[in-house]
Amino acid sequence: MKTALTAAAAAELIPDGASLLIGGFMGVGTPNRILDALVARGARDLTVITNDTARPGQGIGKLIRAGAVARLVTSHIGLNPETQAGMIDGTIAVELVPQGTLIEQIRSGGMGLGGVLTPTGLGTEIEAGRQVIEVEGKRYLLFPPITADFALIGALQADGFGNLTYELTAHNFNPIIALAGRRVIAEAELIVPVGTIPPDAVKTPGVLVDHLLSRAV
Amino acid sequence: MSEKDLIAKRVARELAPGSLVNLGIGLPSLVAKYVPPGHGVFFQSENGMIGLGAPPPIGLEDPHMTDAGGNFASIVPGAASIDSAMSFGLIRGGHVDVTVLGGLEVDEAGHLANWKVPGKRVPGMGGAMDLVAGAARVIVAMQHCVGGVSKIVPVCTLPLTAQRRIDLIVTELAVIAPTEAGLVLRERAPGVSTEAVIAATAARLIVEGEVPEFACD
Repeated sequence: MKTALTAAAAAELIPDGASLLIGGFMGVGTPNRILDALVARGARDLTVITNDTARPGQGIGKLIRAGAVARLVTSHIGLNPETQAGMIDGTIAVELVPQGTLIEQIRSGGMGLGGVLTPTGLGTEIEAGRQVIEVEGKRYLLFPPITADFALIGALQADGFGNLTYELTAHNFNPIIALAGRRVIAEAELIVPVGTIPPDAVKTPGVLVDHLLSRAV
Repeated sequence: MSEKDLIAKRVARELAPGSLVNLGIGLPSLVAKYVPPGHGVFFQSENGMIGLGAPPPIGLEDPHMTDAGGNFASIVPGAASIDSAMSFGLIRGGHVDVTVLGGLEVDEAGHLANWKVPGKRVPGMGGAMDLVAGAARVIVAMQHCVGGVSKIVPVCTLPLTAQRRIDLIVTELAVIAPTEAGLVLRERAPGVSTEAVIAATAARLIVEGEVPEFACD
């Protein structure tokens, strides 16, 4: 069994300057209680790797608004003008990566592979500075694997062993980042007794999860 | 009928029964309205759903079920939820039959630019580069001109989304097919003359004989 961690304790575990993989797509499937606690702790200088930064003050947008993020690797910031302002004034170093490439970089990092060969981005400005590798007559861009100090997961259900389920479009990056964080903290909406989740329904096996957030009050 | 609805209605006729279709945010999302019920098209939403449905009734939204723009959505019978790696595997691997995207510019080589206006708008490419590089068929649905200036140009001046030649352009004035020889004017909108299409288009159009009006009943 895992021991439960309060959101404040989770935020204490994550030092300033840490790199974080965070789940969520426009705030859906994002571990909001952990993010709130990071903001409350006054976290600074974080590197955040995530699909998008949601809308201002929502989801990962909370960390942006709080000035907690120094470096951001993401695919879309179009609906968060605060992220765009940070990128333009230089307070946030933003690297924009095609969404399908970003998730594969994280997957390859988590699965022990040496990177991604993808046709996406060939002939565009993101080819600049990238190695092009030809395989069986086709050209691909090489992207390195991504791992991070922590993966912060938003799940639907967790049992006491850390087995996780997700609902509908709240899967997104979560099942993938669970492999690529050196420490994995899962925030579930529901804590259920061990045995409640059928083995076939488990999307993230509990062996990947280091810490479970205590249940929401 | 508005120009955007006219475009959406014409695009809907391109979608074969049983196909897997990704609709972009904005104008392309209107296409779903014009696909008859029971047509058997499955809409893929890159945030992780095969079988996206109409917006749910107010008050009956599931916060874990949104479209790629973060708006509440429903699902159709037979839908399947997927994570981001599977979602982009479907896209990049050519399993998505048709993607419909908006455009800022399309040129005579059939190149699309739709993700960035340097110095003005840097939203990030999101999934656009993967969709254009990987989908079996790419349809650009856009208004022909912006502020009286043609968006169909000899050579794109904005950063390209992919090096791939797109398959079809649908505007409120015309249906145009990029080919190896150049942009072929296939159809005119109801009541629009061939001369009017040519006059509104900065790029050279290839006209082969009589150009039919497109059906829009």
